[in-house]
Amino acid sequence: MVFRHKHIIALRDLNKEEIELLLSTAESMREINGRDIKKVPTLRGKTIINLFYESSTRTRTSFEIAGKRLSADTVNIAPSNSSATKGETLADTALNLLAMKPDIIVMRHAVSGSHYFLANKVNCSIINAGDGAHEHPSQGLLDMLTIKDKFGRLDGLKVAIVGDITHSRVARSDIQGLTKMGSQIFVAGPPTMVPPGVEKLGNVVACGTMKEAIQDADVIIMLRIQQERQGKTLMPNTREYSRYFGLNPVNLKLAKPDALVMHPGPINRGVEMSSYVVDGPQSHILKQVENGVAVRMAMLYHVCGGGSVE
Amino acid sequence: MNLLIKNGRIIDPSQKMDQTADLLIADGVIKQLGANLTAPSGTTTIDAAGCYVTPGLIDMHVHLRDPGLEYKEDIISGTRAAVAGGFTSVACMPNTKPVIDNKAVASYIIYKAKAEGFCNVFPVGSITYGSGGERMAEMGELKESGCVAVSDDGKPVKSSELMRRALQYANGIGIMVISHAEDLDLVGEGTMHEGFTSTELGLKGIPRIAEDIATSREVLLAEYTNAPLHIAHVSTAGAVRIIREAKARGVKVTCETAPHYFTLTDDAVRGYNTNAKMNPPLREATDVAAIKAGLKDGTIDAIATDHAPHHLDEKDVEFNEAMNGIVGLETSLPLALKLVGEGSLTLAQLVEKMAVNPSKILGIPRGTLAVGAVADITVIDPQVEWTVEADNLASKSKNSPFLGWRLQGGARCTIVGGVVEFQR
Repeated sequence: MVFRHKHIIALRDLNKEEIELLLSTAESMREINGRDIKKVPTLRGKTIINLFYESSTRTRTSFEIAGKRLSADTVNIAPSNSSATKGETLADTALNLLAMKPDIIVMRHAVSGSHYFLANKVNCSIINAGDGAHEHPSQGLLDMLTIKDKFGRLDGLKVAIVGDITHSRVARSDIQGLTKMGSQIFVAGPPTMVPPGVEKLGNVVACGTMKEAIQDADVIIMLRIQQERQGKTLMPNTREYSRYFGLNPVNLKLAKPDALVMHPGPINRGVEMSSYVVDGPQSHILKQVENGVAVRMAMLYHVCGGGSVE
Repeated sequence: MNLLIKNGRIIDPSQKMDQTADLLIADGVIKQLGANLTAPSGTTTIDAAGCYVTPGLIDMHVHLRDPGLEYKEDIISGTRAAVAGGFTSVACMPNTKPVIDNKAVASYIIYKAKAEGFCNVFPVGSITYGSGGERMAEMGELKESGCVAVSDDGKPVKSSELMRRALQYANGIGIMVISHAEDLDLVGEGTMHEGFTSTELGLKGIPRIAEDIATSREVLLAEYTNAPLHIAHVSTAGAVRIIREAKARGVKVTCETAPHYFTLTDDAVRGYNTNAKMNPPLREATDVAAIKAGLKDGTIDAIATDHAPHHLDEKDVEFNEAMNGIVGLETSLPLALKLVGEGSLTLAQLVEKMAVNPSKILGIPRGTLAVGAVADITVIDPQVEWTVEADNLASKSKNSPFLGWRLQGGARCTIVGGVVEFQR
């Protein structure tokens, strides 16, 4: 099968076969990451620009390592300390970067849909590393890979997503991907953080309480909560939030005994998850990060047209 | 110059008229209306067979961007777009730079429109100084200098106390207050209608209640002060219901909607289309149905475009960064005619909402083809088909969600004060 997309902007734009292809490629990429010399020449001579309008440690580093393991030349730009502060538009920044002939621009941007805007302006590939509250496809893929590692499949699972669904691009990508793969998603959060029509996003059940969502769940995905973002009107404070929507060793028992616990990071210990869970045996948070590199290698590889991997 | 418009279907609700007849114009006024009129020598004849002949259309809500924002539009290009769309009069909103909050700016607009414009321009002054929402502007002088209403359009008057006083004061002067009814706290950082589409696109939503609550406040203030009030650009089913109920109670409230609110839904935003971004935002199918019902039963008095030209640089950006608003002068008439075509509106109602009622609401002596009236006339060709393209819009700005649409109907001829200012 050939991956036909030039850009990867949203899992909504991919079908089941394409997601499977990316995941199986990621599985083979993982083998490279376990070698002594973690480098293959697959993308030698390709230039990748990581354009991060929002700060990021994990995702940016992961994309950079992914590119380097495939022998691409990677450049990181954080426009907060370059032209954006001088008033340059996104389109102008992109066109100037384009003049330097990159093959891929990996971008994170605070405005939902910015990648579609950019894709209409440039002729290189665009990979979305997160746009506003829209999608975060590499996170969705690495979540699916982590789940697949554990259960050997992605269909017929009960996946709970708990937290601020409204503002979460991770939740949207997980919902898009997991629905296509045949799982059912149960979302829970304070009603102030559950967007209208959430059930129409995919195979989604909106739950009134966290208990309903995580009861007998195979997978629990906890979302990051931030006092500075949700604090003003969406909840009283993190203390009360944690009481009703925090995952701790007690309510974790509601899920299946071997349930997988995940979090996109960075974690607020003691808010959405207690440290006992974060560091406990069911937590796969670091496994997610590990899989992130493999998934991003697969994404870079396929938008460059595939070919042989050595 | 004399003009004879022959064989047109005269539709003039001000005289309850719908019949085929001729119209003779001399010295800028309507001289004769009747069958088989003969023209004196030197008269130009317009054959209007197959066309509607109506009182000149009035768009009571446009942004001409002049003075100060001429890179988007100016009085010349804006009025050229107006006559191309069949409008003989427009009322322009005060959010210019500087704001129309004093005689000098109002006079400049009137003077420039008379000297260089293609249609009548009636300025709307601001309710508060600089539309700052702090202190009432000198409404008396604004009225004396030619303003036909006051509005802080683009935003509401946030203080209920100030709005109450503005309604009372304006009523004393005899000038209409036009409200942009929106609760800004509920709008927050929203960029489109709050609903499933905003959920899927990951864009912050503006809930219907932002408009409904503000509309309720305005209606209650108008009721309490017994003062007339006009609500601009109604977009929600709730606002239609609130205004319908208020009218039934005898509140002196009128309102308008814009063609995009009865033509499009928030689906048009998909693809992060910045030409579908405006304030209030495009709503859902239930709201569109309510707007149409409100037009039909008379709850909604007027169709106005909220013509809001923006430069390409202000629209060809990320969705959140894009300015609110779309151009509308040149697409309004065919979109309204679509309502007639689908049976949502009669032709007489269309003329009421696009000419007769706006003239009444603003108190301008227009909106009629009665003998002796100013010869502002629109000859409408209901058959002409055309495609909306950036290149064929007269407006300086091309920010229309209807680009590429094939539309039917439009102005064949726009006559302002007896002078043909546009002909297709």
